[in-house]
Amino acid sequence: MNADKIFKQFSSVMAFSAIGIMILIVFVLVTQSAPVWQEFGLDFAFGSDWNPVEGRESYGVRPYIYGTLITSFLALLLAVPISIGIAIFLSELAPPIIREPLSFIVELLAAVPSVIYGLWGLFIFRFYIRDYIEEPVINSLGDTIPIFSGIPFGLDLFTAGIILAVMIIPTISSVAREVIYAVPATQKEAAYALGATRWEMMRTSVFNYAKSGLFGACVLGLGRAVGETMAVTMVIGNTIGAQALPESLFQPGQSMASIIANEFNEADPGSLHPSALIGVGLILFFFALIIQLFSLYLRERSLKVGEVLD
Amino acid sequence: MSNIKLKTESLNAMFNGQKAVDDVNLEFPKNTITALIGPSGCGKSTLIRTMNRMHELTPATDATVEGKVVLDNKNIYDSDVDPTLIRRRVGMVFQKPNPFPTMSIFDNVVAGLKLNGLRDKTKLREICESSLKGVALWDEVKEDLDKSGTSISGGQQQRLCIARTIAVQPEVILLDEPCSALDPISTSKIEQLLTELKKQYTIIIVTHNMQQAARVADTTAFMYLGKLIEVGKTQKLFENPKEEMTENYITGKFG
Amino acid sequence: MTEQNELERLTQRNAAKRKLINNLFIFFCGFCTLIAIIPLGSILFEVVKNGYPAISWEFLTARPGAIGSAEGGIGPAIQGTLIIIALTTLLGVPFGVVSGIYLAEFGDSKFAKTVRIVNDMLTEFPSIVIGIFAYYIVTIVLIGSFSAFGGAFALAIIMLPVVARTTEESLRLVPNGLRESAAALGIRKWRYTWSVVISAARRGMVNGIMLSVARITGETAPLIMTILGSQWFFSSFFGPIDALPLRIWRLSLLPYEYARIQGWGAALVLITIVLTLNIIVKYVTRSKVRT
Ligand SMILES: Nc1ncnc2c1ncn2[C@@H]1O[C@H](COP(=O)(O)OP(=O)(O)OP(=O)(O)O)[C@@H](O)[C@H]1O
Ligand SMILES: [Mg+2]
Repeated sequence: MNADKIFKQFSSVMAFSAIGIMILIVFVLVTQSAPVWQEFGLDFAFGSDWNPVEGRESYGVRPYIYGTLITSFLALLLAVPISIGIAIFLSELAPPIIREPLSFIVELLAAVPSVIYGLWGLFIFRFYIRDYIEEPVINSLGDTIPIFSGIPFGLDLFTAGIILAVMIIPTISSVAREVIYAVPATQKEAAYALGATRWEMMRTSVFNYAKSGLFGACVLGLGRAVGETMAVTMVIGNTIGAQALPESLFQPGQSMASIIANEFNEADPGSLHPSALIGVGLILFFFALIIQLFSLYLRERSLKVGEVLD
Repeated sequence: MSNIKLKTESLNAMFNGQKAVDDVNLEFPKNTITALIGPSGCGKSTLIRTMNRMHELTPATDATVEGKVVLDNKNIYDSDVDPTLIRRRVGMVFQKPNPFPTMSIFDNVVAGLKLNGLRDKTKLREICESSLKGVALWDEVKEDLDKSGTSISGGQQQRLCIARTIAVQPEVILLDEPCSALDPISTSKIEQLLTELKKQYTIIIVTHNMQQAARVADTTAFMYLGKLIEVGKTQKLFENPKEEMTENYITGKFG
Repeated sequence: MTEQNELERLTQRNAAKRKLINNLFIFFCGFCTLIAIIPLGSILFEVVKNGYPAISWEFLTARPGAIGSAEGGIGPAIQGTLIIIALTTLLGVPFGVVSGIYLAEFGDSKFAKTVRIVNDMLTEFPSIVIGIFAYYIVTIVLIGSFSAFGGAFALAIIMLPVVARTTEESLRLVPNGLRESAAALGIRKWRYTWSVVISAARRGMVNGIMLSVARITGETAPLIMTILGSQWFFSSFFGPIDALPLRIWRLSLLPYEYARIQGWGAALVLITIVLTLNIIVKYVTRSKVRT
């Protein structure tokens, strides 16, 4: 065998490592969480009890699934319009000289470590949320709309959602910017030539053309939010079991990632507790996988629209 | 009232301070076709893009204009002019057909009307039909109005783009090498169409094809390195150019 | 002609409204950008304001004091972070770089496409899940204890796809002519890939590696289940070790004023490292503006 063949083979083996890791991750998650599935069956995924005390062990992930979904969708709700606005501003509207520095600043938002977001959320931001949003909202709407009821505390699903929003803004906006860049200039000119304003150009050319790519960017942001751990752990309030079943946004909760972070080191290796936490990891993995494949599919499809024109 | 629809006065267009159009003075009489010819990079596209204020939208460069473009006695670069309103009155067709791929043929044609606030369904349908008839496309697509704008052939797409342009009832139509991506049959269809359209509109066409200029244009202007070298009646310019450079170009010595 | 007048009238009538909507739109987009910058500003401000008072030579170099006493510092955490970064880089970069070379130089097969997709997914994967994986493989099976090696293993998995991708991108920027002229000289592919292609793409690759280092430096979640954290300076690759992000989290859980101050101090150190790396990368790549 000649050297080039060895070179190719060697590098392909190294490249395979990512696939190997992925397969191993699934294997480890499945086998290591097997005991808890055997013990509780589907009740593990849909139950809401969580009790690691020996002899009374019981594990159900439903409250944490809700916690993850609620905080992530709240984050998406806030982050999507803002991110798309940023993407448009930086790709089409901002004067060329400030584009680069501004996009760097937005990118830095993604560079700030999650644990520092958590620290900031825990010691600073939480009080703003409590005093300027939760108090007035609870006082005015809390009695009529259940999801706005509760005690203003600042460490709850709502705060977690907002911090997640801040954290996924750079992800969504940078992918959205790529998508907008990829819209051919001829499409933009087509709209301008009909007398479109910038906004109308965006609506007729860019949004139509890049719909699925922009949607893909948002789904990617959702994926980030679902897996985000430290910042959420530090501000979500960390209740467990049925108490974590969300009734209001202003209620302490728990997400899948945060329950793992909180309890992993305390779990007694002789009990089902570690297996339960790994089971939570498996469910989280499953969510992340679906979301990512969906995002990938959307972004691929967005590229295909362009091929029609060539 | 004079019959000059559009004229440029000492017009300069710059990219990052670099002149691409250099002191051009040209007049475009109503209901005529003027062809702009010249070697690649001489500024033809840049020139027509100043006439609907499209130049300033060029991405990633500092694109500026000096001088005047006068449309019906009004300089479109005056500060009180809204460029979006100018772009409706001065329509533009591009080199590559660029229908909106996610819109139906119908929506493509009426896209500009909707932008201008026309919502009346029957009106829209009427104008769609008359515009498609105006570009001789109606019979070919009337059954498929809800199909995608990119589902038809390249030549049909280009005619669709012209229909989209005339749907907003412009006064001037700018065409930047509209046939360069098309086959000969589609090309001749568009040429016929242009002679038809000049009854209603003032037309300016950029072309690399001198036969095309000779076939359709009343007036032809030759540009070189951003400057207007010569302008005259088409036949005269081709048979009897005044400038040596023009002659060299049309006899194929360069370009 | 009447139709023309009608459209003209309509246009005139709607012009002001359209302009207003357009201006609102532009304002909205600018406003969004501003909104996003505010938290960054606030975070930087608070970290510096609250962290600065904690910084002293002792704080940066000493062991943590007994819990509850306002003494000591984050020496082991800084040391641990540096060790883990080094170990992760040793582990992750070779895999990442060689994967990237494979994708750039032989990357048209179905297999390569799959690798690319899996890499993309791995990049976006919840890092805590990777932590669980590393916990089982290293902490349970391979070593049997919390260890620096376990942390590095987890972080290397996060690093690998980032390095692979940036390596592939930088290699693809190298003009094909360079490869062809080397091949025409009869040089073997592996040789000219190493000597010609990679040296032409070196800068981009180094940038990618630095970005991936910046990314893993702040990672916390996978460290919880792999390195555990420690009060002591480094003694073994096979025992618990401390790291800055983990220390910040642990400090934030303590109900003492001094812990809060130390937490901010550690955050200041961490953010300084991470932002410096990002700024260096930005400064180095600056000449490579997008076209
Ligand atoms: N976006 C741009 N940025 C900078 N310079 C440009 C840009 N577009 C065109 N130019 C320059 O302006 C000059 C005129 O270009 P223009 O496109 O108007 O030429 P043209 O006559 O239309 O050429 P062609 O026949 O190839 O279409 C050229 O020298 C070109 O390099
Ligand atoms: Mg041109």
